[in-house]
Amino acid sequence: MLQRALIFSSSNPICSQLPTTAPPDNTVFPKRNGGWIIPFSSYQLPAFRLRNYRRTLLPPLCSASDSAANRPNMASQDEQDPRISNISSAIRVIPDFPKPGIIFQDITTLLLDTKAFRDTIDLFVERYRGKDISVVAGIEARGFIFGPPIALAIGAKFVPMRKPNKLPGEVLSEEYSLEYGKDTMEMHVDAVKAGERALIIDDLVATGGTLSAAIRLLERVGVHVVECACVIELPELKGRERLGEKPLFVLVSST
Amino acid sequence: MFAAENGLKGDPRLQAISDAIRVVPHFPKPGIMFQDITTLLLDHKAFKDTVDIFVDRYRDMDISVVAGVEARGFMFGPSIALAIGAKFVPLRKPRKLPGEVIAETYDLEYGSDCLEMHVGAVQPGERVIVIDDLVATGGTLSAAIRLLERVGAQVVECACVIGLREVKGQRRLNGKPLYILVEPREIDGCY
Repeated sequence: MLQRALIFSSSNPICSQLPTTAPPDNTVFPKRNGGWIIPFSSYQLPAFRLRNYRRTLLPPLCSASDSAANRPNMASQDEQDPRISNISSAIRVIPDFPKPGIIFQDITTLLLDTKAFRDTIDLFVERYRGKDISVVAGIEARGFIFGPPIALAIGAKFVPMRKPNKLPGEVLSEEYSLEYGKDTMEMHVDAVKAGERALIIDDLVATGGTLSAAIRLLERVGVHVVECACVIELPELKGRERLGEKPLFVLVSST
Repeated sequence: MFAAENGLKGDPRLQAISDAIRVVPHFPKPGIMFQDITTLLLDHKAFKDTVDIFVDRYRDMDISVVAGVEARGFMFGPSIALAIGAKFVPLRKPRKLPGEVIAETYDLEYGSDCLEMHVGAVQPGERVIVIDDLVATGGTLSAAIRLLERVGAQVVECACVIGLREVKGQRRLNGKPLYILVEPREIDGCY
């Protein structure tokens, strides 16, 4: 059986602030440099699963807020959809990417788990089907992975929100702030019409800067953004507050 | 090989798919007639038909991996993967994938570019299809094939919505079969 090791270092400052998590029962490898060496199981049909070793998960937010105060409606543990825990486990965590101190949530391992990926899409589709949503806007590039299957299932158009100079037709641009500097997001002007109801999809919400730019782009042409939807939220970065009154729905909340 | 020559001759879905693709002249530079699939994504029926045609073809071919080339391959690949019960593996530009990667460089008209894939995403012996929106010279798809073969996967076919003139008549790329839905449309005969 082909095995590869994933080495998680806990030597960086952010990691040391996190609650320590015991490795799963099937780990047999010793600690090294403060981290665990964890077996990477080879893919076997029907499902490949890589455990999320890093931390304790909050109960997921199963419903978005509709109140003006935008307080999230926290689902109790009892109400957690049984599909959520497999989705969460399938997400791989990579410390210090793209730079030291950042804990990267890697959804590519979710895409390798056919059941968990299908469940992810199903959870969004179940929420948005029959809600008269005609536009699913996906943010480049990981929003392109989740958005189209949802759009196809609910009968909506898919509209890519792209980095500059990728879209060939006439575009609207919106600048937004990064931690250092700025970036720009573009959308084709004729992709959407005033009055349409839209969702915005991305894999993850952190500070909410990217989602906010997407909301502004769509609202500039008179589209009603019904909700933003992400697989993962990093609540410590307060993206939900940055979105203000715009509802946010996520499957997994990760601290 | 074009879908119309391979069992879908006269299929009305192909005409609708072709009509839904917008041609943007002189993008990204003069002389290029850019085939814009974003308008196809706005046409729910044509988009669904596009995915369905690929799904019907690959459903019973024991495919366990759909590899999609960044970024427009991401718009088609996952839906196909979900429908046929396969994994989706993104093939990305450099430094986007966070884990350990293998990389393959390929030539552009001027200079070169690089495609990366996560180590461990695809196992030896897996049967793979590679998806992109369009094939022109075949450089990107060839790099994708090399990446997958380096990890011991079997590339069964490359599938694209649009195939440019350079590949017309070529049934294979790097020895791999190529399956294409439509040709580019001309505008005023000035292709």
